[in-house]
Amino acid sequence: MKVGKIYKVSGPLVVCKGLEGSRMYDVCYVGEEKLIGEIIALSGDLTYIQVYEDTAGLGVNDPVFPTYQPLMVELGPGLISSIFDGIQRPLDKIREIAGDFITRGIILPALDREKKWYFKPLIKPPIEVFGGDIIGEVSETSLVIHKIMIPPDIAGELIELKEGEFTVEEPIGKIRVKDKIIDLKLYHKWPVRKERPYQKKLPPKEILSTGQRVVDTFFPIAKGGTACVPGPFGSGKTVIQHQFSKWADAQIVIFIGCGERGNEMTDVLIEFPKLKDPKSGEPLMKRTVLIANTSNMPVAAREASVYTGITIGEYFRDMGYSVTLQADSTSRWAEAMREISGRLEEMPGEEGYPAYLQRRIAEFYERAGRVLALGRPEREGALSVIGSVSPPGGDLGDPVVQATLRVVKVFWSLEDKLAYQRHFPAISWLNSYSLYQQDLIEDLSKKVAPDFIELSKEAMAILEKEAELLEIVRLIGKDTLSVNDRLILEAARIIREDFLHQNAFLEIDTYTSLKKQYEMLKICLYFYERAKKALNENRVTIEDIEKLKVRERIAKMKFIKEEEMEKEFSEIKKEIEECLK
Amino acid sequence: MFEIKYHKKISEISGPLILIKGVEGAKYLELVEIIVGEKERRLGQVLEVYEDKALVQVFEGTREIDLSETKVRFLGEGIKMPLSRDIVGRIFDGLGRVRDGGPEIIPEIERDINGAPINPYAREYPNEFIQTGISAIDGLNTLVRGQKLPIFSGSGLPHNLLAAQIARQARVLGEEEEFAVVFGAMGITFEEANFFIDSFEKSGALERSVLFLNLADEPAIERIATPRAALTAAEYLAFNLDMHVLVILTDMTNYCEALREISAARKEVPGRRGYPGYLYTDLASIYERCGRIKGKKGSITLMPILTMPEDDKTHPIPDLTGYITEGQIILSRSLQRKKVFPPIDVLPSLSRLRDKGIGKGKTREDHADLANQLFACYAKGKEAEELEVILGEAALTELDKIYLRFAEEFEKRFVSQGEYENRTIEDTLNIGWELLRLIPKEELKRIREEFIQKYLYPKE
Ligand SMILES: Nc1ncnc2c1ncn2[C@@H]1O[C@H](COP(=O)(O)OP(=O)(O)O)[C@@H](O)[C@H]1O
Ligand SMILES: [Mg+2]
Repeated sequence: MKVGKIYKVSGPLVVCKGLEGSRMYDVCYVGEEKLIGEIIALSGDLTYIQVYEDTAGLGVNDPVFPTYQPLMVELGPGLISSIFDGIQRPLDKIREIAGDFITRGIILPALDREKKWYFKPLIKPPIEVFGGDIIGEVSETSLVIHKIMIPPDIAGELIELKEGEFTVEEPIGKIRVKDKIIDLKLYHKWPVRKERPYQKKLPPKEILSTGQRVVDTFFPIAKGGTACVPGPFGSGKTVIQHQFSKWADAQIVIFIGCGERGNEMTDVLIEFPKLKDPKSGEPLMKRTVLIANTSNMPVAAREASVYTGITIGEYFRDMGYSVTLQADSTSRWAEAMREISGRLEEMPGEEGYPAYLQRRIAEFYERAGRVLALGRPEREGALSVIGSVSPPGGDLGDPVVQATLRVVKVFWSLEDKLAYQRHFPAISWLNSYSLYQQDLIEDLSKKVAPDFIELSKEAMAILEKEAELLEIVRLIGKDTLSVNDRLILEAARIIREDFLHQNAFLEIDTYTSLKKQYEMLKICLYFYERAKKALNENRVTIEDIEKLKVRERIAKMKFIKEEEMEKEFSEIKKEIEECLK
Repeated sequence: MFEIKYHKKISEISGPLILIKGVEGAKYLELVEIIVGEKERRLGQVLEVYEDKALVQVFEGTREIDLSETKVRFLGEGIKMPLSRDIVGRIFDGLGRVRDGGPEIIPEIERDINGAPINPYAREYPNEFIQTGISAIDGLNTLVRGQKLPIFSGSGLPHNLLAAQIARQARVLGEEEEFAVVFGAMGITFEEANFFIDSFEKSGALERSVLFLNLADEPAIERIATPRAALTAAEYLAFNLDMHVLVILTDMTNYCEALREISAARKEVPGRRGYPGYLYTDLASIYERCGRIKGKKGSITLMPILTMPEDDKTHPIPDLTGYITEGQIILSRSLQRKKVFPPIDVLPSLSRLRDKGIGKGKTREDHADLANQLFACYAKGKEAEELEVILGEAALTELDKIYLRFAEEFEKRFVSQGEYENRTIEDTLNIGWELLRLIPKEELKRIREEFIQKYLYPKE
């Protein structure tokens, strides 16, 4: 076998000679310790490798061993509830081997090789099969039936298929491809940088409800959609991403901790097994896959982590599931790209980012979508992608924010001003947008109520009017406002404080069903409408309205249990009627 | 101890960097000894190896190094720190060498100062409340054991007083456990360093401290190693000897400047304000070394101090720090002018781990609600203050005036306290409730009814 020799070491970049014939994105093992690396540029007799582990101690002439294989992930039972690093090494197993600190040169398979899974075939051989066909299933956790599919790039005659307990490496059947016979296993590998194929993309049509009021009511995302959450540090990106992972109406959740804090991953690891899925009552961890390549872990593996995550997401999408992927933070991924690009001495673009930044970001989000999956039986799957963006100083002119906004359809803008007031989620209702609202009209009126979108527009109009009025107040004071304008300020305050403000850490408040969001909003607007009428008929003064007792009750709406919703809301409504008679 | 490998000549010098040609077998990040003149020895580190060349950063600077006479030798390994229980009570230089004239450390173990990343799966979530005795911290931006919480300050602001007070008063309630203070000084003045040493001495913490000093007149490039040496010591004390370690690193701004100097000398494409694009990753490799580990008794709590150039929070140093640390304590010049000590600006300050460290059984059941309410009221008070400045008092409504008064009282009674005043958490929370009595009850939307009943007007 060919062995290359190191020619240069500069941070995570190693250049070597003597590997002619290698292909881009092939994996190599670098040095005697066999550090994992990936070829990212070829030039003449030089091969440029980004190394996924700390390169300290490597020197000129150290060996480099090619594998002639691209960077791949393992796809099969055992993904759910796992925590992997950026190149899909299982972090729990690494700890067993290396202890509490991650040492170098650990090569480990992603999926457990010992664990047995019960495989139940769903079709009978002999039969002709194609890529994507579902041939059987494994019950992976109490929440996930793992469909076993023919790998996308294989087609042939299924000649054998067994039922029973298997490890991922044991053959479950055989398939004849042309005149070769291949073993089928519970898992297959797929290169992370290559999008998994599907039959066709479908337009968005269903809401991905998240239980977060400001999101679902005002800036909803569709299943298969894309969204971004930019904001300065401390504005609530990670909390909202965790909220999506917890409460989004999805069957599979992929959370990528990309270059962020170690403790935030620990938080997920501790919380998710305790939290119950609102629908099934099962622990949320049983539908979750975690990728953790924290800020202190090697930067090249951080670059790979988003691809590892999205490939796993596509795989579950192909089974016909609705998957959401949260990447926190895509800026760290972009910075990893920038660092490698700098070491390659490429021509820098804006802020030192490589010229291909925009393209890479677009390609990444383009892997989201609602699709008609490959293979039989016919099924739809969706992969929704939500990325946090961490612009320097919170400046939205940042190239990563700008490149992201050009591709995603939802923008939740986090503002530090709101965060300082502890108005959470600190999503600006004036600057954020969702381009899915039109696509979701039908779904929302069916799922929630025909007038839901109408109400949401009305409430937004009040908030926008408030912003205008506040501008006037800032310039000339409150006295000049008409009573109707003052009522608008009150109504807006109710919408902001009693509807938009949502504490992620309080038991009932943390998740609100669409139905309850609708009821809450209706109360806010009903109060406004009634108060306006009473005011204009001179039955009350604006001062009276500001002091009404029922407002305390409105403020506590968020703590109404979903089960007690009907009774409570009709009582509040009655009380409003009473006091504004 | 080291095996002598090569004596080579230098082919190029540029700023703090030297390029050595004709090298064989140099390793990335290897330590290099440079012999200047007759006998002066300096240390350097390989930043890049390339064909037969090695690019070396010289910690003690390149002054007087010449191309013909100066010799170098490669030491075959990275910078290692000798560690044993005996490091406690000792003073080291910025590279981790003994500087107090005492005996060399006889190592129990030697560790590379760069450390290795903690496996996220091995972490234990920090959730033990540390009482610092300072209301603005304990009440609103609570510190917990294993947290990294920096102080963002400005030149002339009393960050040292605050850090010393925290080091003096911090304790976990109801526990007597072995603790230690690791202090890493980067480019601060002799006077400032002395202030800390004095303060540790007075509180009896000095014999439980490990000091790493690189002062303002000492080699700047050495500062790149200082926090790493300090954290290597801290990791040993915490995870090998089960101690609870508080690490204070000051001033991170000087550290970042040293990093910028190297980057500029390497002619790297600069990021914002000339700082290298990898500043975030580099800072993370320091800050993330703090925390707790499952099954280990000890912990590392980290308080880096940094002075924000031009008091600008969006400057890359505070900005990137805030993106990594678990919150920040921000000092404000306007509070300082109002003679508020400590001048902690609580609104932009944040402890991200607060909610896990407070509440029933830790501090008190009402803590979270009370804190949220205080924040909200103070924010409204500050808004009213702004309005007053622009439009005069006449423009304020009755409610605005109430909030304005609240903000003033809040700064005077809650935030302000003596340098030696050590408030219990009970005291802190009670002051908070007292202040809330200034506000009409129906405004207190962030507090659950049961707590209002119990604490707003407690029955004696
Ligand atoms: N929805 C929320 N409810 C309550 N607190 C929140 C919420 N969002 C953010 N916070 C507060 O803000 C802090 C910072 O949020 P985080 O998501 O970590 O910010 P970022 O990731 O943008 O730096 C959290 O520790 C928490 O105290
Ligand atoms: Mg975050």
